[in-house]
Amino acid sequence: MAYLKKSPWLLHYDASSCNGCDIEVLACLTPLYDVERFGIINTGNPKHADVFVITGGVNEMNREVVKNIYEQMPDPKVVVAVGICAATGGVFRECYNIAGGVDEVIPVDVYVPGCAARPESIIDGIVKALGILEEKRAKMKGQEGSA
Amino acid sequence: MAIVYLILAPVLGGLIAGIDRKLTARMQGRVGPPILQPFYDVAKLFEKEDVTVTPSQNFYILSYLVFMAVTGALFFAGEDLLLLIFAFTLAHIFIVLGAYAAYSPYSYVGAERELITLMAYEPMIILTAIGLYLVTGSFYVETIATSQVPVILYLPGVFLGFLTVLTIKLRKSPFDISTSHHAHQELVKGLTTEFSGATLAKIEIAHWYETVVLLGIVYLFFGFNPLLGLAVIVVAYILEIFIDNTFSRMKWQMTMKSGWGSAAILGFLNLVVLYYFYLGV
Repeated sequence: MAYLKKSPWLLHYDASSCNGCDIEVLACLTPLYDVERFGIINTGNPKHADVFVITGGVNEMNREVVKNIYEQMPDPKVVVAVGICAATGGVFRECYNIAGGVDEVIPVDVYVPGCAARPESIIDGIVKALGILEEKRAKMKGQEGSA
Repeated sequence: MAIVYLILAPVLGGLIAGIDRKLTARMQGRVGPPILQPFYDVAKLFEKEDVTVTPSQNFYILSYLVFMAVTGALFFAGEDLLLLIFAFTLAHIFIVLGAYAAYSPYSYVGAERELITLMAYEPMIILTAIGLYLVTGSFYVETIATSQVPVILYLPGVFLGFLTVLTIKLRKSPFDISTSHHAHQELVKGLTTEFSGATLAKIEIAHWYETVVLLGIVYLFFGFNPLLGLAVIVVAYILEIFIDNTFSRMKWQMTMKSGWGSAAILGFLNLVVLYYFYLGV
């Protein structure tokens, strides 16, 4: 049975974002958008999280941090890059201390464009990520069966 | 009765948790998750990869779940209230040991806070047992529950004191210092930081068992009238949700003061009055 889609717990990390996208991510949790009605909880703990929402271009200081958080999350997991900086580095792309998009460091499953990304598109992105999460779970289970 | 409890309590506890989340959402002007959300959460946790820091932590959490179930089984089998309190405390010691077994500063802080809350509510729980004994003349749950004495009239203070520690026990807002769904980035998730997947699911199920036992103790005060008892359980739980939504988290000192304060003023004073004026009625 696929319960993963019904209860995605997300972890939100700000990898040198300007805070614009962060506020929009948090706006999704407010009564207006209320993502808890989809069972989404903001956990703040990588070990409980299923969806890794990351904002901002990764800089050289937190490259290891992002990798570390990603590795601490138990499988199956998905990464959602929110905002243009997280997708490509955005206007900070040429800066000496910016690694670029999040996909320079960890594999990204869904890109949510925008500067700042709107709450509606963030929710859209996360719903899309849930489909990928389900695929990953099925794949994981298939591997267990063959092993 | 005990076997019925072992099967039905997780279902009932999960439903209560679901209604709790829905009501909380409505109080905040949100739609809120489906009533069955807690079951989805637990089912999902069983689907996740098993990440274990130390193998012994899984053993401790299993013991926590088993002893929590034993506590409830003792309660619904009508056994000794003192034995029940002992099993209850033992269960909590196991979850604290589990948190200490996983080497992490976050779970250490959570474990320490859990020990503080344990210290805060324990006197009141014991005074509750003593109060029920003084009025009904028995420590046995069966005798207390079927007693025709209107226990609440003799123990209003003890009942209020028990409601105070119920807030601590159910991890409701002013006292949810050791673990909380709402303490996102400040506490990580306290006690349960290092638990994930199936182990975390076991903790959730143990919480459901715990909720049912605690609400069962509320019923003991109204054993003379079962309908009134059920009504009071509903009102008490809604009151706890209301408190959860109106208070912010407080420091551990406040938990100690509330726990021991209610035990000393409401509980102990009630027992003194009972002892000098009503005993043998």
